[in-house]
Amino acid sequence: MKDIQNAVEVSSVYKNFVLPHERTDSIKSLFISPFKKRMKAETQHALKDISFSVKKGEFFGIVGRNGSGKSTLLKMIAGIYQPSSGTIDVEGRLVPFIELGVGFNPELTGRENVFLNGALMGFSRKEIFDKYDAIVDFAEIKTFMDQKLKNYSSGMQVRLAFSVATILAESDVLIIDEVLAVGDASFQKKCFAYFRQLKKAKKTVIFVSHDMNAVLEYCDRAILIEGGDKIIDGSTAEVAAAYNRMFNDPDAKKSNLAKVKKRWGTEEVTIKSIDEKPTLIKAVDEKLRIGLTIQAKKVFKGKVIAGFKIKDSDNKPLIGTNTHIKKIDIDLIDGAAAHITWDIPVIFNDGFYSIDIVLESENYNSTFDFWTDAIKFEVQRKEQSSYEINPVITTKLEHVTK
Amino acid sequence: MNSLKNIRSKYRYSTILLRQLVITDFKLRYKGSTLGYVWSLLRPLALFAVLYVVFVHFLRFGQGIQHYEVSLLLGIVLWNYFTEVTSNGLSAIVGRGDLMRKLSFPRYIIIVAGSASALINLAINLIVVSIFMVINGVQLSWSVLLIIPLILELFVFAIGVAFLLGALFVRFRDINYIWEVILQAGFYATPILYPLSMVVAFSTTAAQLIMLNPVAQIVQDVRAAVINPDTPTLLSLYGTWYVYLIPLTIVVMVAVIGAIYFRKRSPGFAEEI
Repeated sequence: MKDIQNAVEVSSVYKNFVLPHERTDSIKSLFISPFKKRMKAETQHALKDISFSVKKGEFFGIVGRNGSGKSTLLKMIAGIYQPSSGTIDVEGRLVPFIELGVGFNPELTGRENVFLNGALMGFSRKEIFDKYDAIVDFAEIKTFMDQKLKNYSSGMQVRLAFSVATILAESDVLIIDEVLAVGDASFQKKCFAYFRQLKKAKKTVIFVSHDMNAVLEYCDRAILIEGGDKIIDGSTAEVAAAYNRMFNDPDAKKSNLAKVKKRWGTEEVTIKSIDEKPTLIKAVDEKLRIGLTIQAKKVFKGKVIAGFKIKDSDNKPLIGTNTHIKKIDIDLIDGAAAHITWDIPVIFNDGFYSIDIVLESENYNSTFDFWTDAIKFEVQRKEQSSYEINPVITTKLEHVTK
Repeated sequence: MNSLKNIRSKYRYSTILLRQLVITDFKLRYKGSTLGYVWSLLRPLALFAVLYVVFVHFLRFGQGIQHYEVSLLLGIVLWNYFTEVTSNGLSAIVGRGDLMRKLSFPRYIIIVAGSASALINLAINLIVVSIFMVINGVQLSWSVLLIIPLILELFVFAIGVAFLLGALFVRFRDINYIWEVILQAGFYATPILYPLSMVVAFSTTAAQLIMLNPVAQIVQDVRAAVINPDTPTLLSLYGTWYVYLIPLTIVVMVAVIGAIYFRKRSPGFAEEI
């Protein structure tokens, strides 16, 4: 560990899988052709030169498409796979939730499974015993604990597994795979409540997902993995932008994805100018107007959706809308231009805000112009509020006399 | 300081896991059967009954040998222990593939847990043997204590084989059939159901050769120490203590090779299974 602030350090890790075309599963092949080269092997480079570090108390995201190598990376951090080269240092105890209910046995009772599952995660019988009641309460299956697991409904099994995992998880580093976030709506709600609780408790969490919304909401920082390469290591907003670009522009080179482009798109229609924009807001009755002129290329013909999104200083989106939602059609032909204005009520607290502006095609299939942080403004109000938004609330009081 | 903490936490995890796996193994072993744990006694007793009727009663094996019935039972119990540890060890790693792919834990725990629960089983069976000994009127002497180092030797040998087979089975799935045949042959190549004196009468060289097998050496030594001091042993056949170096070397070699091979292969188990 180079830096004691770090909980996990991954340095230049490579992982190759040797995939034999024909497996030497039987000794027969050894006898038949002991001297012949037995198989043609193909090496798959699952991860190439991955380095990053996770600080203590950080909620860290690993993002990537299916097959990008993120699960392999996760398994290496968890110590299940060994890196082909490079090192992975983990400080403290690590509990991987790669899957819920690892080692659950249908022939054992719920109670016995709790102890088995807990032991697999490294908890002694005493530790589990102390928290046993809490686990049962959380799972809400008290009357079933002495029944065999095979008589449980699948929903009950998941609840039990999840409560063992969450109640016991007092480890230094937690690894959460996206499988945790599947299930019905009420279960997801429980999961997300649990994530918030972890974040509040300043746990070191490594969260693997391709759900960008969850990553944006919970993670402090993230990396994006694509084709075994680390594309970007940065704020969740940067990673989310790169991730979205990856889908919008399948031909984009990896190196281009890494660059945090402030502005990108097909440029069939572009934001020509921003005519009106806020800079400093001091009072609620002040005008917060966005006005912009857009122009299409000569060859372009069709509908355009223009939208905006206002984000706080943590890059968290607060409000936004677009012309599609507002049922306004923008038809542009022959290089025509149009002017759009939005009037927004001042509901913001004191602080710095930025606005993304985006022009998209009718079905959101292609992005014409995506301008990150096109506008930046500050709010300094007299009226303070500890809530996220601070609209004008009319408060009335009338004394009633008898 | 830090590494000391790491070592301790690693050791802690291993003991927790070992304990829980042994408990689970015992709970699961006879789950659903009416007689439950009684089966761990009934199985060797049933085998003993069959072998006794066929070989002692009809074929008249062990005529004129004192307490031959108890010797037969003891031999079966020891052989069963060896079979249990090695066969369970063989399939243990592949059988727990789902755990391997999802958790990182010291892989050797699985093999150790398997042999530990077999050891508990052996202890229960030895109690039955001792009841038979009392019924049969076997005279006990201080030499009974020799059973401890001898069982230890059997434990080390069996676990060494289990490590080797468990790791090999991940790669070569034919091993289990081969091992079945070897065990079958080993049962007849070891003086369990026939007295070694029969082999000596036929050919001393053959008896001497048979006794170089560590399991044969252990079985005969345990019988000599516990039941009948006249039982032919490696010492009595060769007349020198030096010959013990051969089975002991085999035991140590197998254990060391098994442990090294297992250790070398275990980081890749999750990927290969």
